[in-house]
Amino acid sequence: MPLVSLRKAGKIYGNGTVALAGLDLDVRTGEFLTLLGPSGCGKSTILRLIAGLDTITSGTLARSLPLDRASIGFVFQDPTLMPWASVFDNVFLGPRLQGLSRRDAAPMVDEVLALVGLGTEAKAFPRELSGGMRMRVSIARALVLRPALLLMDEPFAALDEITRFRLNDDLLALQGELKTTIVFVTHSVYESVYVSRRIAVMAARPGRIAEEIAINAPSPRGKNFRTSTAYAQLCAQTSQALQGATGEV
Amino acid sequence: MKSSGAIWHTPRLAMRYGPPVVAFLAMLAAWEAYVRLRDVPPYILPAPSLVLETLVADRGILLPALLVTLKTTLSALAAAVLGGVGLAVLFAQWKWVERSFLPFAIVLQVTPIVAIAPLLLIYLEAPAAVLVCAFLVAFFPILANTEQGLASADRNLADLFKLYRATRWQTLVYLRLPAALPYFLGGLRIGGGLALIGAIVAELAAGNAGKGAGLAFRIAEAGYRLNIPRMFAALALISAAGIAIFAALSGLSAYLLGRWHDSAAAPER
Repeated sequence: MPLVSLRKAGKIYGNGTVALAGLDLDVRTGEFLTLLGPSGCGKSTILRLIAGLDTITSGTLARSLPLDRASIGFVFQDPTLMPWASVFDNVFLGPRLQGLSRRDAAPMVDEVLALVGLGTEAKAFPRELSGGMRMRVSIARALVLRPALLLMDEPFAALDEITRFRLNDDLLALQGELKTTIVFVTHSVYESVYVSRRIAVMAARPGRIAEEIAINAPSPRGKNFRTSTAYAQLCAQTSQALQGATGEV
Repeated sequence: MKSSGAIWHTPRLAMRYGPPVVAFLAMLAAWEAYVRLRDVPPYILPAPSLVLETLVADRGILLPALLVTLKTTLSALAAAVLGGVGLAVLFAQWKWVERSFLPFAIVLQVTPIVAIAPLLLIYLEAPAAVLVCAFLVAFFPILANTEQGLASADRNLADLFKLYRATRWQTLVYLRLPAALPYFLGGLRIGGGLALIGAIVAELAAGNAGKGAGLAFRIAEAGYRLNIPRMFAALALISAAGIAIFAALSGLSAYLLGRWHDSAAAPER
């Protein structure tokens, strides 16, 4: 049974904008699924619907996970940290809202900070960190309660390429360790092929799934995969599917 | 490392505070020179040296008056903080409260305090009326700024709190209040100055003599007696009090926002 299942799902906003129509999508347990598509095709809307931050206006959405505080983690395009709180307190947010005390939550916060490579930055404030480090804090905050599902909305779009490559690798390593199901949104064909097990290529106006591509590449992935012929072929295939979806072929 | 830091900081401090101090001293010197060279009588314009002399000589009258005015100002400011922040929180939590009571706050804000003061003096004892006047002028900027701050929390963060099923109280305490802090502190700095102005204006309207007389009354009294140096001395004390309030609130702002807010923090990495 899929973790999340959308059938003939549609979303029309109050101003009449049709964001999604007739969308069929399954999110399977343990997978790394990427939603790839042009701006305005409804990728972020899908994440908001899955997270329960918005509701569908037609079709069905079924979740086999509860909508409680610990089930779903969310990483936004911007790190979206609380600037007034230290790194520790930002990551502590989820446990705090669950009612855990600082002392009880400290081991899990320290552990997840170590996992994202920020074990020594717990007392720093967001403005004292680089863009990549802030995004790591954001990921740590999303992972601290060990959610079954992690939703990531173009998390690395604003970062330079070197940092983005490093964070792609770190994210894959984290997923390998925590076995979290990830739904990842990106504009980048190269990034989608590198990180995913499956890519859902989306078409716009209205947003829908145009094609699904399985990425049957070995894990763990690294520099060798990024420079391999298989990677180049998969990128070409995905790029073609995207062009088809956007009507540019 | 420490000494290199000190070397780095000294010119920076000099650059920051040097120009205004030099400009102020130059202005005093020019004023003193003008009075002496033109032989201006003290009942027209007293020299700064005479003002200072009067300040020392009349300290028995002026300092208790300063304490009265400061006590009124600080009490009014404290009440404005409690009232302004409390009402802003209510406005942010329940829109119908805002729709019901904001018009009253605006009416009080746009009505000149000099017009309200005589009415308050009919209903209240003079010290209470002065306190209410100072409260009324300090209250609105604190209310308006805090309310704006509470509504300005990052939208994605608000979504995150929603995702985590945060209660209304948790969202207020962990998101909206900290997000509103820079706005509140901005309002507090404006309110601090206005509370002093409100207290002075109300004291002038009240004309309260005797033990409870504030600095404004001493200015009016000195004016009736053509004691111009004492008027200037009292004015200098009012200015000094205003500067001290502003500096203290700026210091509080820097302390609370220093590590995280762009208005107070050092350049980021």
